[in-house]
Amino acid sequence: MTLLQYLRCLIGILAREALRFLHQRERFFGALVRPLVWLFIFAAGFRSVLGVSIIPPYETYILYEEYIVPGLAAMILLFSGMQSSLSMVYDREMGSMRMLMVSPFPRWYLLFCKLIAGSLVSIAQVYLFLFIAWFWEVEPPMVGYLMVFPALLLSGLMLGALGLLLSSAIKQLENFAGVMNFVIFPMFFASSALYPLWRIKDSSVLLYEICRFNPFTHAVELIRFSLYGEINWIALSAVVGCLLLFMAGALYGYDPARGLMTRKQGG
Amino acid sequence: MSAAALELTEVSFSYAKRQVLKDVTFTLSPGEFCVLLGINGAGKTTLFSLITRLFVCRGGEISIYGHNLRQQTLKALGQLGVVFQQPTLDLDLSLLQNLRYHCALQGLNAHDQEKGMQAALVAIGLGDRANDKVRQLSGGQRRRVELVRALLHQPRLLLADEPTVGLDIHSRQAILQQVRERCSQDGIGVLWATHLVDEVEPGDRLVILHDGKVMAQGSAAQIMEASGAENVKQAFNRLTQGVET
Repeated sequence: MTLLQYLRCLIGILAREALRFLHQRERFFGALVRPLVWLFIFAAGFRSVLGVSIIPPYETYILYEEYIVPGLAAMILLFSGMQSSLSMVYDREMGSMRMLMVSPFPRWYLLFCKLIAGSLVSIAQVYLFLFIAWFWEVEPPMVGYLMVFPALLLSGLMLGALGLLLSSAIKQLENFAGVMNFVIFPMFFASSALYPLWRIKDSSVLLYEICRFNPFTHAVELIRFSLYGEINWIALSAVVGCLLLFMAGALYGYDPARGLMTRKQGG
Repeated sequence: MSAAALELTEVSFSYAKRQVLKDVTFTLSPGEFCVLLGINGAGKTTLFSLITRLFVCRGGEISIYGHNLRQQTLKALGQLGVVFQQPTLDLDLSLLQNLRYHCALQGLNAHDQEKGMQAALVAIGLGDRANDKVRQLSGGQRRRVELVRALLHQPRLLLADEPTVGLDIHSRQAILQQVRERCSQDGIGVLWATHLVDEVEPGDRLVILHDGKVMAQGSAAQIMEASGAENVKQAFNRLTQGVET
């Protein structure tokens, strides 16, 4: 296989994901409703209750709406990553995953292409969300909109790889909802998405430590800093490290020699 | 001497403690139409999963045109066209979009293949449906599109796992004819798994798989003669049950 053929494969997978997205516009816009409800209703209601002090990357006091926007952007990536892993389980049950797996490209490359395609669709959702938030007076600097792209891509890949890892371990579609409840909600609430970690520390040191080790916290902080034109190196390292770890786990799960798929099929 | 299209040597496989394939050995030559005949649960789909490397063969060896599947995986997979037992078309994409996606997964330039795709769809009577969503097609039409897709990249070995199950007699005949033509005209090897004995022709190479073991192999005529049967169905029953019907 030549480099050009690898590129064709990537473009083909991206094109398919884009077509699926065009055919499922309801899903695309539906995914925006969740963070917008948090922004318009929850944040407005809690604005006076949850005061936020001056913490990096902010240089002044900010409204609660402004604080939670990066967390809600990461929330879109989290739900989208899990959604794409759900579609992988669905594809596996429905058979279309087989077409991907018998392609004469290395399996790691095929899965990575799937991850990139899923991440790009969810990044489009995030930009639309940020655009709407701008009208809600959440106005990061223009450079932030550019700098946030690699942060979103890395975070999207990391959360997508986690979804992929989970999808390789989920036996049937029916089991998916249960697993998601054990992943999405704890990850989201035990993070810095909705409240700064110092506030959590005031309540519980143990919970604070859990939040600190939550990969989603680092995704949120990476997005938050880059949206304001800065790089949070600790968050960047953590996100890249988790991406490699989850990807390795997903490759193990989808490896026909060692993975989990062989054990759960019959016939 | 040219390499066999497919060569299986003492292939065994187990799900946990349940052994589903036991020392399966047979060879398929280029241009040969080989029917893998067995009832449901005989191990046909598992064998296909091993040949397509969805599962890894832990016991025995599989080679495709001389490429060992374990050591030269990508070269071996590059020779294959596959029609799985389960439908694998994306229902929400059009016929052409599904074919273009397949081209990409084979590293082909879909633009260069456009004429070939159109011609192949015309050949199966679906030329005017190229831009329709697959969801709008009947079961038989979908199967024929899957076949077109499996042959689009000019594979040298076609694997078809019960591709005619659930189809009416006309659709079954049309699909079989389509594959037999490609087999004889282009010289590709075909491994055709089925439990339908009426899909076997006397000149076909036949491998009878039962309970994970190869019970007989050879031309259909040879197997009938060896088992003293008048037809394939009778031979199959004698070999797998010892019961004459």
